Amino acid sequence: MLQPVIGLEVHAQLLTRTKIFCGCSTAFGAPPNTQVCPVCLGLPGALPALNRAVVELAVRAGKAFACRIAGRSVWSRKNYFYPDLPKGYQITQFDLPICAGGAVDVPGLRKVQLTRIHLEEDAGKSVHAEGGSEVDLNRSGVPLIEIVGEPVLRSSEEASEYLKALRLALVYLGVNDGNLEEGSFRCDANVSVHEPSAKLGTRVELKNINSFRFVRQAIDYEIARQVAALGRGERIIQETRLYDHEKNETRAMRSKEEANDYRYFPEPDLPPLVVSPAWIDAVQVPRLPNEITAGLLAAGVAPADARTIVGDPRLAALHARLGDPRRAAHFIVGELSRALNDREVNLDALAFEPAQVAEAWALQDAGTISSTGLKEVLAELIRTGKPPAQTVLERGLAQVQDLAALDAVVDAVLARYPSEAGKYQAGKKTLLGFLVGAAMKELKGKGNPSALNALFRARLGG
Amino acid sequence: MVSGLGEVAAGLSKGALQPSELLEACLTRIAALDDKLHAFLRLTERTARAAAKAADLRRAARQPLSAIDGVPIALKDNFCMEGVETTCGSRILQGYVPPYDATAVARLEAAGAVIVGKLNMDEFAMGSSTENSAFGPTRNPWDLSRTPGGSSGGSAAAVAAGLVPGALGTDTGGSIRQPASLCGCVGLKPTYGRVSRYGVIAFASSLDQVGPLAPDVQGVALLLQSIAGQDERDQTSSARPVPSYGELLEKSVRGLTIGVPKELFAEGLDGQVERAVRAAMARLEEDGCTLKPISLPNAPHAIAAYYLVATAEASSNLARYDGVRFGHRAQADSLLEMYQATRAEGFGAEVKRRIMLGTYALSAGYYDAYYLRAQKVRTLIRRDFEQAFAAGVDAVVSPTCPTTAFRLGEKSGEPLAMYLSDVYTVPANLAGLPGISVPCGFDQGGLPIGVQLVGRPFDEGTLLRLARAAERGREQRTPEGF
Repeated sequence: MLQPVIGLEVHAQLLTRTKIFCGCSTAFGAPPNTQVCPVCLGLPGALPALNRAVVELAVRAGKAFACRIAGRSVWSRKNYFYPDLPKGYQITQFDLPICAGGAVDVPGLRKVQLTRIHLEEDAGKSVHAEGGSEVDLNRSGVPLIEIVGEPVLRSSEEASEYLKALRLALVYLGVNDGNLEEGSFRCDANVSVHEPSAKLGTRVELKNINSFRFVRQAIDYEIARQVAALGRGERIIQETRLYDHEKNETRAMRSKEEANDYRYFPEPDLPPLVVSPAWIDAVQVPRLPNEITAGLLAAGVAPADARTIVGDPRLAALHARLGDPRRAAHFIVGELSRALNDREVNLDALAFEPAQVAEAWALQDAGTISSTGLKEVLAELIRTGKPPAQTVLERGLAQVQDLAALDAVVDAVLARYPSEAGKYQAGKKTLLGFLVGAAMKELKGKGNPSALNALFRARLGG
Repeated sequence: MVSGLGEVAAGLSKGALQPSELLEACLTRIAALDDKLHAFLRLTERTARAAAKAADLRRAARQPLSAIDGVPIALKDNFCMEGVETTCGSRILQGYVPPYDATAVARLEAAGAVIVGKLNMDEFAMGSSTENSAFGPTRNPWDLSRTPGGSSGGSAAAVAAGLVPGALGTDTGGSIRQPASLCGCVGLKPTYGRVSRYGVIAFASSLDQVGPLAPDVQGVALLLQSIAGQDERDQTSSARPVPSYGELLEKSVRGLTIGVPKELFAEGLDGQVERAVRAAMARLEEDGCTLKPISLPNAPHAIAAYYLVATAEASSNLARYDGVRFGHRAQADSLLEMYQATRAEGFGAEVKRRIMLGTYALSAGYYDAYYLRAQKVRTLIRRDFEQAFAAGVDAVVSPTCPTTAFRLGEKSGEPLAMYLSDVYTVPANLAGLPGISVPCGFDQGGLPIGVQLVGRPFDEGTLLRLARAAERGREQRTPEGF
């Protein structure tokens, strides 16, 4: 039985305001070639000057994944010709990367070992159209980390789970925005198959996979292609293949023989990158999703709810500010998720403050509103940000709590339904609901149900 | 015509000269004489006149920006200057107008210097004769049938002919010092990192260094003063403070020790050059310096190491000339053909030769044997110098060039012979050390000879001091017809 072996290389754009070697903006979506300068255009004479912010983000990621952080790493030039590569070389790190080793914790799977994480600059973007190609260099010089995973994944499902975990961790770290559509999180896959007793098979590199679904499809297609080829007695050749998601197939791009000789050599325009142990120590690492999940479970949040909350850093941040973890979890997966699903509100621009949710809870705790009333108050809060007390007032949601008033209603109900009262006393305890319901009807739904319960019980002897 | 940049600065300071008058005098001389030399590729008369007028006002108000406020300066054509065509001596950049200033240019302008124009050079600074310029060679003012050296040949010829009192050049393997020597002016290559390379079109990034040329040591010191210092845009530039070179210049050289490396006085050295250099050494000895025999055992490997490191870096630095974004673009049907035709048409033979050499040296399977090994030799050469300095040597003396100026065409068919003319200058680049060439006499044909001094890292002060002393005793002549 042939066993697939998969290793992934992820390019993640770092969340810095400016590019890695110049002061140009990294903002996505500007008109083509408007965020450029002599440095990122590769004009004659221009030189790179390192943006220290990128180093901190790379070290943060490295620390989060328990990599060894190099006190001295070296920039190299990777030389090749392409119209969207303005200098004719990419500044990257080759034999001495900033982070080595480490692992990513994948929930439900295991730790997936990393080979390295290195810093590099992005190239521009080529747009191929009828009648010619156009180049946008806004992306040229945008900072990236390349996260190279060990070839230890065994299926497309594992690959996808690893990628999801990695993406989420980078988003929590504030290192990457996790946006696959805008290309700020990109993936190449190395795929091979072998008999488990034999050495690893020849690997094929898959490029151009830009969604989790395509990762699974591309890898599955490639595994099947390799297994079929070997079954026919053919040999797998080392090559780079492009995934075409419209046809769901991979196509040969270039073989090893045709591969570029990148002629790596140390970048003479930049001194080696030196970071002191004290500086590395001072780099703060926010809590990772796994730690946050563990905390929620310990606080009694249901596993499925915890998954939902941690799956979106904005929900997790909101959860942390709401107080009472279980109640907060119910609020998030309940009322809030409903409103989000109905597209009533936008998670990036919530109308309410977390403290207002606590106010609503307090109203319920004090008996001022019922659980039904709470739902109404929260729905209004989520939708409009209206203070809970105001909603209670405007909608008349306050319960009647005056015992004398309630007592009078209990009297009236018992007088109207003597036979039900008698049956209750004879042991048909389920009739309590009927009696309380009748009282509620009398009170137009505003009676405090637990108070009514208590009054009926006291009157009818338990 | 005044004889040195120092004198020009003094004249401006006293009010005896006006910047605009000075500029007009230069422009008149250029118009009259540069047809013979072809030192200039283009003039920036309009902006120069405006700059000189502004300097006139500052000088009249006795509020100069610096000692060189109002001094006309010309630039080798590899310095980017906003709005001024910059070709690097190459057809591939013909018509290219940079949108920004090199840091050295911005600093000169901030000091009040008046930029007069751009000077001829070997294409991409690759050459030792200025014959590799795509726009025709420059001639040596001492003998128009001879080359001025290179690659900063336009800079040296313009200064030696008195067309401008000072110029900037770049030195990757001797490209300031060798032409200064062959044209009879002073040329300084500062320590690697002393002057920002930002905006200077790269040849070999780990070797390139910007430096001044002037008729006099004081002029070179004044120019260095205005361009030296850290630049955040060039991360290989040094944070070390810049001393006041003018003060260091006049200090006595008594008690300084000069190392005399036997490897740099060996075979291939012209007898007349050696005699003039030894005479200059004797004068320094008379001034109180001690001459000490030393050895730089790895110096004989410098040329081989240099031509691997420099070409390797150049092969990468010149990849950006691909016809996509700027400069020459050939018409072709496919991307690959466009690349090939653009570079085939745009680059000259020497540049192509070096790109191929460098590409080969970096190729998979050859990297260790060539590039890496050359870098190791480089480390050994640096150590040779460190040992000499550790043994009390303040500067190392040698000829700048094994011969005086050679004839146009004499070596252009023999790249190797041309490369060997860098034999004495290349070690300072590989070791990142400052080096200066000072005129020290003439051969029987009346061609100038230069003596080279190489100093400790960032110790340009001592070099300038020694050069000043060496300059005092020399025979003064001007080239006939200039």
